[in-house]
Amino acid sequence: MKRSITRLLMAPSVIMLLVWMIVPLSMTIYFSTIRYNLLYPGQNNFVGLMNYEFFITDPGFITAVANTLILLISALSITVVLGVMLSALIDKPFFGRSIVRVLLISPFFIMPTVNALIWKNMMMNPVYGIFAWISQSLGLQPIDWLGTYPLMSVIIMVSWQWLPFAILVFVTALQSQDTEQKEAAQMDGATGWHIFRYLTIPHLARPIAVVVMIETIFLLAVFAEIFVTTGGGPGYASTNLAYLIYNQALLQYDVGVASAGGLFAVLLANIVAFFLIRAVGKNLTV
Amino acid sequence: MTLNQQRKLKTLITGLFAWFIALLLFFPIFWMFLTSFKTELQAISVPPSLFFEPTLDNFKVVQERSDYLLHAMNSVVTSFGSTIIALIIAVPAAYSMAFFPSKRTKDILLWMLSTKMLPAVGVLVPIYILFRNNGLLDSRLGLIIIFTLMNLPIIIWMLFSYFKDLPKEILEAARMDGASPWGEVVKVVLPLSVGGIASTALLSIILCWNEAFWSLNLTASNAAPLTAMIASYSSPEGLFWAKLSAASTLACAPIVIFGWFCQKQLVQGLTFGAVK
Repeated sequence: MKRSITRLLMAPSVIMLLVWMIVPLSMTIYFSTIRYNLLYPGQNNFVGLMNYEFFITDPGFITAVANTLILLISALSITVVLGVMLSALIDKPFFGRSIVRVLLISPFFIMPTVNALIWKNMMMNPVYGIFAWISQSLGLQPIDWLGTYPLMSVIIMVSWQWLPFAILVFVTALQSQDTEQKEAAQMDGATGWHIFRYLTIPHLARPIAVVVMIETIFLLAVFAEIFVTTGGGPGYASTNLAYLIYNQALLQYDVGVASAGGLFAVLLANIVAFFLIRAVGKNLTV
Repeated sequence: MTLNQQRKLKTLITGLFAWFIALLLFFPIFWMFLTSFKTELQAISVPPSLFFEPTLDNFKVVQERSDYLLHAMNSVVTSFGSTIIALIIAVPAAYSMAFFPSKRTKDILLWMLSTKMLPAVGVLVPIYILFRNNGLLDSRLGLIIIFTLMNLPIIIWMLFSYFKDLPKEILEAARMDGASPWGEVVKVVLPLSVGGIASTALLSIILCWNEAFWSLNLTASNAAPLTAMIASYSSPEGLFWAKLSAASTLACAPIVIFGWFCQKQLVQGLTFGAVK
């Protein structure tokens, strides 16, 4: 087919994504250099880098960056490590396997706002929650999860959502593993661990790359789980960058500072993406 | 113990373990479902009550108070609408990249994916202002536009990985038989990739249905989808767990049941061509 036709077929997607990327981004850059507070209209003079200074010196800034990275790395490690182990364990025939699959994938379909509210109330509530009841039954002091360990609570909620995704991708991948190779290794006296380490893990390299890639996209932008549970608190203990900027823009009406913050989020995402693509990129098929 | 017995025991242990994990992960959903049939008093009883007389009152209250049907309709219209539009835009692009790759195809795909890495919060302010100035705030059309653009990179990527795996020989055979490029797409490519397109559509619908960031920030009452409706239960009605559970069950049930029926197809697609 002619080059011009293939270009024509791609044009709508490329143009739309280009506009989607450039227009808001240049507006963000512009807003970040002017005074722009919705409470004081008409005073939009150029202020240089003041908004950036304001955002960086915000008491929550360092905490928010750290929380964003802690959340990303913890949830990634939990879902990938547990996902690989659990998928290797259940990758054998057993009774009711199709029902188990259906149960396992369910958390992936639950919307973040519902996820957060179930965990906040029915699971983690220090008086009436299931965890409190288990602690009491064991004779322990119930834990006020969201008050004492707010960030960890959010990590638990997010991991619960993404673990099924990881397990199911890995199980699907394991089903395509060469059984003859495994049997041959067994004949040669390889232990279960050796098979796992030298056959299964390399076989999973590409699926792991895909899971890390997809999850990172969503984990950097965690918002609803924080919005409906802790509200970023107590203090800034569970505030990530997304929530800090939201707070700045829609609660304090300071568009200028929020825009400067937005650009920091973009910068952070780019740094993460750079390392990520270097680390897992060679395993991605494009 | 004979070898056969040993193998049976192993299967049994694997099975029990798998069931244990699955039930553990499913428990919060089961509990939400159960609580939605309780009275408020039963919902917060300690120890938790497993056996009780179910009531449907909560569901009635939810519909009366927050107009479930309106929000459900918003979710359906925005998810399906944006998925259809995104597919119409993405199929030709993915087709062209998979069957007629150039040197730059890989770069274009990575660039598309990188737009997905752009955090939504970085462009929240300008989008909010553009929407406000054009009357798109709290409108279904506004959400459809955002959802379409938001999922386009993932949709293109997923379709691309399906198309790439189609056997090239069949296409060549069709071309030999004198099929036009258009006929080739309609008669050969699309029928062969129905499964791939379906699971891409599924993923897109699920992502839209559960999208919370834009829904929470760009809608208020008219166009708010179910994710936003649920957020309004975070306080102070959140204290009423039975009603909260009923609202949550109503919000999730359609997509969970939809997902159950399609899970095999979906999981295959979620590997993004990483599994051969």
